[in-house]
Amino acid sequence: MRVTTSTAKQPVEVIKDASMVKQKEMMAAHFDRLTNAKENGDKVASTFVPGNLNELLMCFDLVNNLPEVNAIQSGLRRKSGGFVMEAEKSGHSEDVCTYVKSDIGMMAKGNIGPNGKELPSPDVLLLSYTGCFTFLKWFELLREQYKCETIFLQTPYMADGKVTPNMIQYMVKQLKEDVIPKLEKVSGVKFDIDRLREYLRKSAKAEDDLVYILQSGKHKRSPIDAYFGGIYYIGPIFGAFRGTDDAIEYYKFLRQEVDQRIAAGLGPVTPEGPMGEEKYRLVVEGPPNYTNFRQFWKMFYDEGATVVASSYTKVGGTYDFGFRHDPDRPLETLAEYCLGVYTNRSLPMRIDMLVDYINEYQADGLLINSIKSCNSFSAGQLLMMREVEKRTGKPAAFIETDLVDPRYFSAANVKNRLESYFQMIEQKRSGKGVAA
Amino acid sequence: MKMPTTTEIIDRCQALYEDLNFTAAREWKEAKEGRKVIGYMPVYIPREIIHAAGMLPLGILGGGDQMEVIHGDAYYQSYICRIPRSTIELGVTGRLDFVDGMLFPSICDVIRNLSGMWKMMFPEVYSKYFDVPQTYEDEIGGTFYTNEMAEFKSDLEEMSGRKITDDDLNNSIDLYNKNRRLVRELYKLRAEKPWQMPASEIYLVIRAGLVLPVEDHSQLIEEYIVAANKEDRPIRDNSRVVLTGLFCEQPPLNLIKSLELAGCYVVDDDLMLVTRWLIGDVPTDGDPLHNLSQAFLHHSESTAAKYEPNQEEKGQFLVRAVKRTGAEGVIFASTSFCDPALLDRPMLQNVLTKAGIPHIAFKYAENSGQMQPIREQAGTFADSIKLWSAA
Repeated sequence: MRVTTSTAKQPVEVIKDASMVKQKEMMAAHFDRLTNAKENGDKVASTFVPGNLNELLMCFDLVNNLPEVNAIQSGLRRKSGGFVMEAEKSGHSEDVCTYVKSDIGMMAKGNIGPNGKELPSPDVLLLSYTGCFTFLKWFELLREQYKCETIFLQTPYMADGKVTPNMIQYMVKQLKEDVIPKLEKVSGVKFDIDRLREYLRKSAKAEDDLVYILQSGKHKRSPIDAYFGGIYYIGPIFGAFRGTDDAIEYYKFLRQEVDQRIAAGLGPVTPEGPMGEEKYRLVVEGPPNYTNFRQFWKMFYDEGATVVASSYTKVGGTYDFGFRHDPDRPLETLAEYCLGVYTNRSLPMRIDMLVDYINEYQADGLLINSIKSCNSFSAGQLLMMREVEKRTGKPAAFIETDLVDPRYFSAANVKNRLESYFQMIEQKRSGKGVAA
Repeated sequence: MKMPTTTEIIDRCQALYEDLNFTAAREWKEAKEGRKVIGYMPVYIPREIIHAAGMLPLGILGGGDQMEVIHGDAYYQSYICRIPRSTIELGVTGRLDFVDGMLFPSICDVIRNLSGMWKMMFPEVYSKYFDVPQTYEDEIGGTFYTNEMAEFKSDLEEMSGRKITDDDLNNSIDLYNKNRRLVRELYKLRAEKPWQMPASEIYLVIRAGLVLPVEDHSQLIEEYIVAANKEDRPIRDNSRVVLTGLFCEQPPLNLIKSLELAGCYVVDDDLMLVTRWLIGDVPTDGDPLHNLSQAFLHHSESTAAKYEPNQEEKGQFLVRAVKRTGAEGVIFASTSFCDPALLDRPMLQNVLTKAGIPHIAFKYAENSGQMQPIREQAGTFADSIKLWSAA
């Protein structure tokens, strides 16, 4: 499908899958729902992607607003740079997370969403403290501005690679005794556990298809790009659609699209059309850069590099290891979901995942995109790189960018490193090893 | 018995501070067979449990400004603070080869991830991420924390091969209560007479408590208080400041001295909070883990590493510290790339501005060498406080 978008210079024709167009329509509809919330009498809850309890929020008729997604939208629309600097002007350090600063700068500039309308002030902040310390301070900062009810939910860190009964009990108690009563109070809606079960049932259905789609990267050739394309695929289920019929339909539709490509032996669709020959199969660790998203992607598909698996598509849940939301254990399953998200997993667990991906997806190696903003992801990645290399015998490479701060995207450096990396893979394949 | 002089005490503390081979802790371990040492990083762990197991809690606060970091830099990108890289340097160079366990408290994502790195790099060492509740309801956060401490206690029992009884724990709590009382007294005395007990000396005296057994450290504080009170030290026309943001990576000692030289009396700080995290005595009867949990939930210090559930309370700890110590301003000294301190700072600054309390901010690293800009900034701040006071 051809879509025409405009840049400051000239209209650009972009090729998109039908599923990408559908996804974009869903996201646009959600932003309209958000920006119309006040006039429709809807109440709004802000929360985070990792530890996003969308099914629970829907039980209280709350519209889900995700400041991380707003920051991503600002990045993609090239607005985040200005927002980040606006926040820095008001005293926020240049050293800290640019999602936070983009969000705060956006608020200072009128809080205009991607549809050009003002985003509503939240009625409640659901601070789901899952896998990222910055979340804790981010919502303290927002609470200072919005002065609204802030509900806290702590997810213990899976440091020893296991979920203990104490962790589950702690989370369920928080949900029962604090989170749910407060959501009832803010929304004026009585909690109905059967309603939650119904949403969880729907979540599990969509999750089955999501896993099928992400695991299609195991095909040689891969019908998907599990990083750049993966960003589109995870949008609905990591955002405001998990637990809805819309999500079930979207993932069914996407699955059919992927099946068609598998049957036809086709690779992923890039913004410039169907991908050419699949020369390199990569596993990528870390979030992408959003300010130069298309330029970044082009550096891969121009060289014939497809990302067959990525860790970023697991930040909103690690479903490929079997977890599904379980309607028979509604609160426990929400706890397990939060505990399992990628950034809440210990470093050894993350390494195991990446090693498995390289082996199971028959990848040529690991690429780490280290993000300045995100210590949760980035601290320890150099050790991860060495360990994955050691255990798989496959070459790994390291690039550095940022989420939504354009000052930290150096196209020439990134391209140079990627080109060297692809050469390294070639050398490894030809058995020459890597020059010292 | 002859009481040591201030110089003797500070020389001893300085030697402990500079000794990155932790000789004192090694000697403690070697003195009796079967002894074990458990290292811990900032910001807080219940040292009482380690003590009750007959082990030595050893504070690991990075490598300071005297250690060259060679290996550690290979593990971290340039935009990550220095304490994890110098801690790794301590590990890979064998300086911690006598340490039987390492604890990584819940303070930020960098230290959290370091816990996993440690497991991989030093698999023979017991290593634990020490999670704490950020919710403060007895039945919710309290129960979780008590269970976490029970698990830790059980791990130590397994390591030592002996049970830790409630009596053991209550005895340790009693010793740490005494130590915390002495630390608080020291801070109170400094706030009253900062010329008599300079911040650089207080720093060294408190820092010694991270490597010495608690019994020895309490004695050292008592001796210092006696000795320092005997000193004849001139009163300077300095401004009284609260220093905040230094709860994890340590500033070079020179930074603290530079602030003093620039005309600031440091009358309160958040350095080495583990020594006074719990406010007030922890009861020494009843269930010790429950008591420690209650103290953590309801009677512990505020810091950027903690969630503040009440918006009205946000930053009030600093306002109270200013009032309590008669400070005239606040200096935010944060480690470069420190998420907790730097994300918290704008909120705290807003609170201080509202309360009419002057403040300045700068960043440092544990190996910062150039103090001139900090001295100039602090000097100007101290001068401006004096000018405002005179107006």
